Amino acid sequence: MRRNDWIWLGAVLAAAAVFWGIYIWHQGNAEADCAVVLVDGEEYGSYPLNEDAEISINGTNELVIRNHEADMVAADCPDQICVNQRPAGKNGETIVCLPNKIVVEIHSSEEAEVDSVAN
Amino acid sequence: MGDIQEGRSDKDRRDEAGRQKPGRQFHPAFFGMYLALALILSYVETLIPFYIGVPGVKLGLTNLIIVLMLYDKGMAQAFVLSCTRVILAGFLFGSLSSILYSMAGGALSLLCMAAAKKSGKFSIYGVSMVGGVTHNIGQILVAMAVVESAGVAYYLPVLLVSGVVTGALIGAVAAEVKKRLPGA
Repeated sequence: MRRNDWIWLGAVLAAAAVFWGIYIWHQGNAEADCAVVLVDGEEYGSYPLNEDAEISINGTNELVIRNHEADMVAADCPDQICVNQRPAGKNGETIVCLPNKIVVEIHSSEEAEVDSVAN
Repeated sequence: MGDIQEGRSDKDRRDEAGRQKPGRQFHPAFFGMYLALALILSYVETLIPFYIGVPGVKLGLTNLIIVLMLYDKGMAQAFVLSCTRVILAGFLFGSLSSILYSMAGGALSLLCMAAAKKSGKFSIYGVSMVGGVTHNIGQILVAMAVVESAGVAYYLPVLLVSGVVTGALIGAVAAEVKKRLPGA
């Protein structure tokens, strides 16, 4: 092989490495796992799942993020359905509090193993 | 891998023994033989379970014939060979969509190989590697147009590396074949 052949070989491998790097970087940005809180259909806030946090939603509900999962731990409503729901951490899982019109949606790269109906 | 082409001008149409080589004019029988070889290698490629875990990575055996044709008869005949090969192999072993992909890859890679050869800066290895890489780029471009998304580009690094590796392998084989072919 001539010198230019080696240069071409190196250039292509370098280009492949660059594209791969861009892809990894892009993926890291786009697929940040988070819990999106909607109040009355409007976005209240978005919280990353990889940081533990305690979020008070309008003073009526208490959402805790722990172990890459979101869990509603307190609500001021009488039925407490959202509090009794199990923690949500997989993509598409939701926690709903109807009296306070709160929906917590999980956006995650980790897909749920069972479909949302069986949840 | 040593240098093969040095010292042998393209315009010298005689081999070492002084026999006249066939020129660049179109010989139907010669062309037919190359086309048959290309089709056979297309078929052989469908038989080889060359599968390293990622779809779309192929050996590109037919590129061997295209490279040899390019060196022997020039770009025009290599282009006709590439087109007829793609259409026939597509109908024999593939589907209409595979013709679309192969045609884009084949046309782009042939243009780039002809340019690389004409520049005189590459040996047959480099020309073959240029062909392997640009073939894959052409196919990615068609895939982008078909699914109407740039998302397919994430596959580019894999196909770049596989193109350059298979191109080098095909280049090595082409160099050896070329040494032994009196006509080429």
